[in-house]
Amino acid sequence: MVIKVIKNFIRRIFSGLFKGKREINLGFYGPPNAGKTSLANKICKDWTGEEIGKISKIPHETRNVQFKEKVEIDYKGKQLNFKIVDTPGIATKIDYEDFVKFKMKKKDARKRAKEATQGVVDAIKWLDDMDAVIVVLDSTKNPYSQVNITIIGNLVARKIPVLVVGNKIDLRRSDLKKVEAAFPEYDVVGISAKYGKNMEEFYESVFKLARKA
Amino acid sequence: MGNKRIAKKRKKIKKKIRGLTIQFVPYSEIEGLSSGARIRKILNIILGNKLVIMQGSLKADEETRLIEDTMAMVGHVKNFKGIELAVLNPGSNGLSFFGKMRHGLAKALGAQESLTIIGPASIVREIKRDPKKIEILMKK
Repeated sequence: MVIKVIKNFIRRIFSGLFKGKREINLGFYGPPNAGKTSLANKICKDWTGEEIGKISKIPHETRNVQFKEKVEIDYKGKQLNFKIVDTPGIATKIDYEDFVKFKMKKKDARKRAKEATQGVVDAIKWLDDMDAVIVVLDSTKNPYSQVNITIIGNLVARKIPVLVVGNKIDLRRSDLKKVEAAFPEYDVVGISAKYGKNMEEFYESVFKLARKA
Repeated sequence: MGNKRIAKKRKKIKKKIRGLTIQFVPYSEIEGLSSGARIRKILNIILGNKLVIMQGSLKADEETRLIEDTMAMVGHVKNFKGIELAVLNPGSNGLSFFGKMRHGLAKALGAQESLTIIGPASIVREIKRDPKKIEILMKK
């Protein structure tokens, strides 16, 4: 990991020397069903007119790492270029029977489970290539899960700047204060990717995040 | 009570008793191991359907390696669905100045104050964690 940290550091210095419009690799990480793809879709639709991937209520809909390059975001007269990297949800267990509960056939459920496990491995491997990461959490769920802590711990160890997003603030059970209390050292923004709530504050935080990258 | 009735009652009681094996792993058992060997040791215990309570915690990259290796096994090892994992790390929040100094000194001398709990998903439904406690919910 030390070699990878040094490699990323050299890459950032090098691209800073040749000041062009460098694309910032912005990763979307988090547990399954938190709304990573919904948020990535919102951003891509706002700035490129096209979405990045499909969404679903069934967990592990995103099972491959998905990209959208040349996403140019304008905010208060400033412009930044991003490569949006949407990753599969990271989980420590995957059971095909959980998909059967959504009335999926056993054969399709097993296939989905197999793809989801590979997706988790791919998401972890892509961590090293991120310049900045948005960790998307479901604000209606317990933020203290070990998966969330592991993801953020790894980003800190790799010196990758982090923005924590508490999604689904439109829901009654949403508790953004609990997310803020769980991660007091990090910038936490509450949004609803589905309804586009609080996106102004979100973009402001993304620009702050990009400055650290 | 007739013998048949007693035998039936014993059978009923036997059905309700289910065991759970908890294996405690002291830090000294994993201290000298490489990251790969640590993860292999933990996963071997988990595959025996045991709950692991480990003194200390894995490093951040070891935790992700554990998740990667777990995912590689799901679907290839019979009845293995993954793991549930939680780390209790009391830290030095809320301590006085001297409390924090003692805490820092103990840490520097190698005290392993955190506790890592890992269980197979086949028997552990969920490990719920909040700042001060952990709840382990078992499957029926």
